[in-house]
Amino acid sequence: MSENIPTMPVLVDGPPAAQSPLLPHLDSPTRVRRETLKQILRSKTFVLGVIVTVFWVVCAIFGEWIAPYHPIDESFGTFSYESPSWDHPLGLDRNGRDVLSRIIVGARSVIAVAPAAMLLGVGAGSMLGLVMGYFGHWVDNVVGRFLDAVLAIPLIVLAIFVLTALSAGNEGISVSSWQLIVVIGIAFTPPVARTVRSAVLAERDLDYVQAARLRGERSPYIMFAEILPNVTGPIIVEATVRLGYAVFTVATLAFLGYGPQPPSPDWGLQIAEQYADISLAWWAVVFPALAIATLVVAINLIADSVQQVLDE
Amino acid sequence: MARYTLNRIGLGLISLLLLSMMVYAAAQVLPGNPGRLVLGREASPEAVEQFNERLGFDRPLPVRYADWLSDAVRGDFGANYTDGRAVTDDLVPALQRSGLLALYAFVLCVPLSILAGVIAAVRRGKPLDRTITVAGLSLAVIPEFVLGAILVAVFGPAFLNWFPGIAGVLDGLPLLTKLDSLFLPALALALVLFGYIARITRAGTIEALAADYTRTATLKGLSRRRVLTTHVVRNGLLPTIAVVATQVGYLFGGIVAIEKLFGYPGVGLLTLSAAQVKNFPMLLAAVLVIGVIYFVATLLGDLLTAALNPRIRLGAER
Repeated sequence: MSENIPTMPVLVDGPPAAQSPLLPHLDSPTRVRRETLKQILRSKTFVLGVIVTVFWVVCAIFGEWIAPYHPIDESFGTFSYESPSWDHPLGLDRNGRDVLSRIIVGARSVIAVAPAAMLLGVGAGSMLGLVMGYFGHWVDNVVGRFLDAVLAIPLIVLAIFVLTALSAGNEGISVSSWQLIVVIGIAFTPPVARTVRSAVLAERDLDYVQAARLRGERSPYIMFAEILPNVTGPIIVEATVRLGYAVFTVATLAFLGYGPQPPSPDWGLQIAEQYADISLAWWAVVFPALAIATLVVAINLIADSVQQVLDE
Repeated sequence: MARYTLNRIGLGLISLLLLSMMVYAAAQVLPGNPGRLVLGREASPEAVEQFNERLGFDRPLPVRYADWLSDAVRGDFGANYTDGRAVTDDLVPALQRSGLLALYAFVLCVPLSILAGVIAAVRRGKPLDRTITVAGLSLAVIPEFVLGAILVAVFGPAFLNWFPGIAGVLDGLPLLTKLDSLFLPALALALVLFGYIARITRAGTIEALAADYTRTATLKGLSRRRVLTTHVVRNGLLPTIAVVATQVGYLFGGIVAIEKLFGYPGVGLLTLSAAQVKNFPMLLAAVLVIGVIYFVATLLGDLLTAALNPRIRLGAER
């Protein structure tokens, strides 16, 4: 950043601070932000990622209006499976339902859960990371051990365990969207907290924090009003990356049976239901699989271009 | 180094202990009445009482936890709620099956991704580099079961019919048959890891390419091939080896969905079926064992990284 500053006009008297008005809004935050935004928008991968993501979000919101048929209508065709045709471009599945309509409407169950889970995880993780990084010492150590414990098993295994325990009183497994959001959000908290913590550690000893301490500001004010604005970069990157993982996790859990139940057109559930007959009707499996793949890759392209620009 | 190692092991054990406490408490507190849960709504109150007494549910939670843990560290995870068989009877063979699948995935993945990483580094900034990087990054975020389903659609019975789309129980079959049946599930796991390992290799190789010893070797008049194989790749690979070890634990997350897709009865499928019938002794054992595998793998990876990096080895850890 310092290389952007042109040679300063030398003023013989007056402290360096007095010179800043002479450099008209050179590094003003809004200007830097606008520059960064422009750079991100210029990236082709970002634009591609946004287009695909927006497409699926539109499907998630307006699914029934866009879809040519009703997603759980089983009344097509005399035989259940039917290969892609003019009437049904992506074919019919085992129950004789239109695959295209099911994919369009099926976007909803993922897109309703993943962003909320990400927000919860990034919110709680940032808070925890701020506290750990700012206070350090025993706070950092104790909280750190709990985070490590949660990180010691893979996310999917953790989610299966907690969701099973939550539905222990019921017959079988029943999982609500709220439970999914909370469990995935909590599971996302440790990795976010770690990232934010190390970003805070780099800020903690800088002059502006010392100055705030000397002014007698209270800790919450320093954490949220002084340090937080300076670690938004890593938090934004973390948020975009986590959004991709949230879709990954929600889709995988749905496939494993921890999510919407039949006859829901959820993508992961469709694959689980139709996979056994993949040699008879590949279209009932491949198209939902491609739907999941395009959404996660699109979000990941967004995350990658944001990360590249913010890292520079 | 010894101090770092001890520190690392100690912290890891504390995490595992905390993990075991949290999952044990969750498994015991949330289900409410285990006897009622297992025996069903029609069972008589006496039978429920008897069941709870037999499994020791009338004792306080900390006592039960201590008992369970002291048995568990000796390799005894108790008996299934459902059929009373010892948990380890099913868990051990399942772990062996998953181990084979995981090993297979690594054998497929590591050489391929290292090669791709080195090529990307040598062609840095060229379209080939960009392709490898973006492809690797994209593959890493696609869920394993999605890749598995697409692979089966292409290479399985629907089109090419090169490999089976179902693995099933393979015990007692010759190794070659196993490897044939497990090719697609292993490949799906390998593709997810590919991007990560390739990226680390690329970074390591780029660093080695810029190093002074590489310049010296080039100026000495060694052929480009010689410089690459003996100087660049050898040094560039060091960080990769450490990273590969840490990925073992990660693999056990993806293995759950892959085993379900291919019907392969490893530890992932076992976990799922235990969850379905709420067989908590099995579920606890599976979570703990996966935690231990994760711990050992990351420990090895970290120690290897430390051994290669004097800044960590000599204790500058914050």
